[in-house]
Amino acid sequence: MSEKMKTENLHLFYGEKEALKGIDISIGEKQIVSLIGPSGCGKSTFLRCLNRMNDLIKDCRIEGKIYYNGLDIYSPSSDTAKLRKNVGMVFQKPNPFPFSIFENIAYGPKTHGLRNKVKLQETVEKALSEAGLWDEVKDRLNSSAMGLSGGQMQRLCIARALAVEPDVLLLDEPTSALDPISTEKIEELLLTLKDRYTIVIVTHNMQQALRISDMTAFFLLGEMVEYGETTKMFYSPQDKRTEDYITGRFG
Amino acid sequence: MKNWKSKIIGGGLRVSAFVVLLILASIILYVLVLGIPQLKPTLFQWKYNSENVSMMPAIINTLLMIALSLTIAIPLGIGAAIFLTQYKKEGAVVKVIRMTSETLSGIPSIVYGLFGNIFFSTYCGLGYSLVSGALTMAIMILPLIMRTSEEAFLALSKGLEESSLALGAGKLRTISKVLLPSAMPGIISGIILGMGRVLGESAALIYTAGTATGMAESLLSPARTLSVHMYALTSEGLHMEEARAVAAVLMVLVLIVNFISNRLGKMVGGKNE
Ligand SMILES: Nc1ncnc2c1ncn2[C@@H]1O[C@H](COP(=O)(O)OP(=O)(O)OP(=O)(O)O)[C@@H](O)[C@H]1O
Ligand SMILES: [Mg+2]
Repeated sequence: MSEKMKTENLHLFYGEKEALKGIDISIGEKQIVSLIGPSGCGKSTFLRCLNRMNDLIKDCRIEGKIYYNGLDIYSPSSDTAKLRKNVGMVFQKPNPFPFSIFENIAYGPKTHGLRNKVKLQETVEKALSEAGLWDEVKDRLNSSAMGLSGGQMQRLCIARALAVEPDVLLLDEPTSALDPISTEKIEELLLTLKDRYTIVIVTHNMQQALRISDMTAFFLLGEMVEYGETTKMFYSPQDKRTEDYITGRFG
Repeated sequence: MKNWKSKIIGGGLRVSAFVVLLILASIILYVLVLGIPQLKPTLFQWKYNSENVSMMPAIINTLLMIALSLTIAIPLGIGAAIFLTQYKKEGAVVKVIRMTSETLSGIPSIVYGLFGNIFFSTYCGLGYSLVSGALTMAIMILPLIMRTSEEAFLALSKGLEESSLALGAGKLRTISKVLLPSAMPGIISGIILGMGRVLGESAALIYTAGTATGMAESLLSPARTLSVHMYALTSEGLHMEEARAVAAVLMVLVLIVNFISNRLGKMVGGKNE
């Protein structure tokens, strides 16, 4: 199994405040990696480093290295738009564009230069099918995405991310705003996507991490305390802090 | 005891709501009842003359005035709003622009009229003309359009911008293809308010677009709009019936504009939920 992404001694500062304190992690290809840890420990911050979304934040400074396919994503020759095309992201709150379902999905491919109508149709259908949404929306591709249910919206956002053909998918608590049935659907979806994509998911739900992920990383106060195979981590954590957190959260 | 109090308050509120409704409804009814019987086909003839004070030229002038002033104010207002919300989010420039626009929106329209008269009509040599009036109107509604557009952009969820950027889109594309269309409903409601302001304006236009009765033939011709027309007819005192007819037409136009903005507002509300 080859390595998809890697960070080396990654530090991140919001102004004076150090939010990540030297993270070293290696993410294998076609793996699902869960990031867990208490609120404010830096999970989202770390996730947003992987596709350079923290660039948008004023006074945010990064030290250390991040590699995608062995290439330094902060090297001057690295193209942020291309990186973000390859490393897609889905946010906590479903946030479709206020356009039609079709246009939501077509936006990304169009951004990257796809103009051919037939090809666009195909891409949209493929992305929606991959996200398990095609059958539900194929008859109303031209109606507004705002009319979808919360769970459908989130799958639409996943489809929108898939439409630009990334190979890594970052998800920040994608199911925390959803009901159990929608959550289950998205978990199933992620498991089917695993054959083709590398997935990094932030979750507060221990059962979810256990159900879907191969590897789990436990964050605490800006540090990565422990990283390893999910089952090992849950049943025989190496670090006392991990054990306390997991037993506390599992009840 | 509590119940008793809340009943009195509830009753009071209901009465005041009813009084407001009564006043508004009676004004509208009064204007329409007085005006509609005065409407004659001759009032809609192409030519104005002193026997038949047709309002058709004024209607055309009004439409031209609205179109022209919006053409100037919309790109400027939206452009400034994009600058303030997407590029220069804080700093001295932003504060100055905000303060200026707040001050400008509180100034009586006659002051705009005097400014337009001195600057556009006289200094720039545009005289009493359609373009002079439209420039003045554009300045008058600019703060309104800018503020509503700014609010529309600020109300957008951060997630829209982030999602677009996360797909690999650049800043310009994100603004033009995602943020601007998403803010459009709010921007349109500002534009409609601006339209209403131009439609109802008389003082500022008397000094800039003039009161000549003909239809504007070029940008430099004078252009009496409906509100100015009505003002002229009443102040001359010779054509009071016709003035009432104009009032009715103005009222109907305002109602149409409000109706459209309501519909748009509802569409937006429905869309975002
Ligand atoms: N834009 C920002 N500016 C300054 N500080 C920030 C910013 N974003 C996050 N932080 C701080 O960095 C720390 C890590 O935040 P982060 O959002 O990564 O936590 P998290 O693990 O995702 O928490 P949660 O589980 O609540 O989402 C927190 O202390 C937070 O207050
Ligand atoms: Mg978070």
